[in-house]
Amino acid sequence: MEKTVNQKAWLLVLPVFLVVAFSAIIPMMTVVNYSLQDTFGNNQFFWNGVGWFKELLDPSTDLGGRFLASLGRNLFFSAVILAIEVPLGIVIALSMPREGWQVAACLVILALPLLIPWNVVGTIWQIFGRPDIGLLGYALNSIGIDYNYVANEFDAWATVIVMDVWHWTSLVALLCYAGLKSIPDAYYQAAQIDGASRWAVFTAIQLPKMNRVLLIAVLLRFMDSFMIYTEPFVVTGGGPGNSTTFISIELVKIALGQFDLGKAAAMSLVYNLIILIVCWVFYTVMTNAGAARRVNEGAK
Amino acid sequence: MHSIPGRRMIISAFLVFLLLPIYWLVNMSFKTNEEIVSTMTLWPHHPTLVHYMRIFTDESWYSGYINSLKYVIINTIISISVALPAAYAFSRYRFLGDKHLFFWLLSNRMAPAAVYALPFFNLYSAIGLFDTPWAVALAHCIFNVPLAVWILEGFVSGVPREIDETAFLDGYSFPRFFVKILVPLIASGIGVAAFFCFMFSWVELLLARTLTSVAAKPISAVMTRTVSAAGMDWGLLAAAGVLTIIPGALVIWFVRNYIARGFALGRV
Repeated sequence: MEKTVNQKAWLLVLPVFLVVAFSAIIPMMTVVNYSLQDTFGNNQFFWNGVGWFKELLDPSTDLGGRFLASLGRNLFFSAVILAIEVPLGIVIALSMPREGWQVAACLVILALPLLIPWNVVGTIWQIFGRPDIGLLGYALNSIGIDYNYVANEFDAWATVIVMDVWHWTSLVALLCYAGLKSIPDAYYQAAQIDGASRWAVFTAIQLPKMNRVLLIAVLLRFMDSFMIYTEPFVVTGGGPGNSTTFISIELVKIALGQFDLGKAAAMSLVYNLIILIVCWVFYTVMTNAGAARRVNEGAK
Repeated sequence: MHSIPGRRMIISAFLVFLLLPIYWLVNMSFKTNEEIVSTMTLWPHHPTLVHYMRIFTDESWYSGYINSLKYVIINTIISISVALPAAYAFSRYRFLGDKHLFFWLLSNRMAPAAVYALPFFNLYSAIGLFDTPWAVALAHCIFNVPLAVWILEGFVSGVPREIDETAFLDGYSFPRFFVKILVPLIASGIGVAAFFCFMFSWVELLLARTLTSVAAKPISAVMTRTVSAAGMDWGLLAAAGVLTIIPGALVIWFVRNYIARGFALGRV
C-alpha cells in the first residue's frame, strides 16, 4: 500500500534524530576542528590548515606511511575474508537441514559466535591458538607445523583471518538461509519438470533470490572488517611488528596513545569519508535493486 | 528446499569448527593453572571452580559485570523508547527527507568506533558524564538506535493499517492508540529489538573502555587490564570469558528465527 505523505511524522522521528545527532554531529565537529589545528598541549591550539591532510596522504612522511600501510593491510584483510566468508556462507546455507529439530539446533550453534563479546572472541582464539596451552597451536606443532602467531607474521595473519571466518561466516550463512527459505517450492518443482541440473537450479533460482541478502551480507562484512579493532587487538596487539595493525588500531594508537589530536582527527575524517562513500554506493545499489525488483514484480 | 551433495558432512564439519574453540575455553575455565601450563589435557583432570569463585567474590571482577549490565540496560531502554515512534513514522508515512535520514542513520551504524573514541572522550568529559554508565549508554546509541528503528519498522509494517484507522475512528488519541494497541501488537518485535540492542552494546569494547576509568569499568576492560597486569592467569581469563557468553547463550533459543533479521538491519 502507498504510504501517505505526512510532515508531522517528523515529530515522531525527532527523538531519534536528536539522540543520534548528539552522538554523531557534535563529536564530528570536534574532529573537524582538531584536524585543522596543531597543539602543544595545555589546550593551546595553532592553525594548521590542511597540513595534516597533506602529511596523511604523502607516503614519505611518518604519518602518511603508517596510514597508507594500515589502509592497505585493512583492504587486503577485507578482500580475503570476503573471498572466504561469502562462498563458505552460501555453501553452509545450502547445506542446512531441511526440517525438524536439526534446523533449530543448527541455527542456535551458528548464531553462538555472533553473540560473543568481541574481546572474548579474541581471548578464545588467543587461548585456542597458543602453542603451549592451546589445542590448535599444540596440535599444529605436534604434527610438525611450526606455528606461533606471536612471532611469525604469516601465522598471525592466518590466525586473525581464521578467527574472523569463525566469528562471522555464520552471519553470511544465516542471511543466505533466510533468502533461501523465501523461495516457494513451486520454483523447484518447475525446475524438476524442466530437468534442470543442480547447478542450473543454483544459478537460475537460488542465487537471484539471494541477491538482496548477499548484498547486505557483503556490505556488513566489508564495513565491519574495515573497522575491525578488538579481535586482532586482543590476539596479536597489531604485531608481530606492525603486520596486523589495521586502521582502527593505528588510529587509536595515535589518538589515545600519543594524544596527537590533529593527526588523529585528520585520519578519522579520511577514514570516515571512505566508509561514507562505500556506504553510499551500497545504499544506491540496494535501492536501485529494490526498485528494479518492484518493477519486475509489477509487470508479472 | 534443494540442497547440495555431502551437505551433512559440510554442516557437521562447520559446526564442529565453531564449537571447538568454545569447548576449549570452557575446558580451560575448569582447570587449575598448574594443569593448564603443565599438561595438555582434553578435559579437566582435576576440575575446579576456583576461578569462578574468585570472580564471584572479588569485587574488582564482579563489579565489572554489574557495570556492563548497567550501561547495556540503560542503552536498551533509551534505544527502544526513541526508536518506537520513529519506526511507526517510517513504516506509515512519507515525509520530507525520509530517504536522506535513512541513509544518515545507516552511515552512523557503519561509523568506526575508533573514529569516535577521542571526540566522545572529550564530549563526555566536558559534560561530566565520563566514567559513568550514562556515557557508554549514550555512546552506544549511535549504532543501536538506527538498528532498533529498522527492526521495529519491519514489525510495525506487519500490522495492517486498518487497525490504526479503526482505532482512530473509535476515538483513540494517538498516544493512547500507540500504548494500548500498537505496542501490545508488536510486543515480540520489541523483544527482538531489545535483544539486539542488548547484544550489540554487550559485545562492544573500544568505546566502553575509552569512556570509563575506575567507577564504571566494564567487564571487557577488566579482562584486558587485570590479566595483563597480573601476569597470565589463563584459568581466570577463561572463566571470565565463559561468563560473558552466558547472556547471549541463554536467550539465543528464543530469537533463533530473528538472528538474520537483527544483523541485517531489519532488511530480511
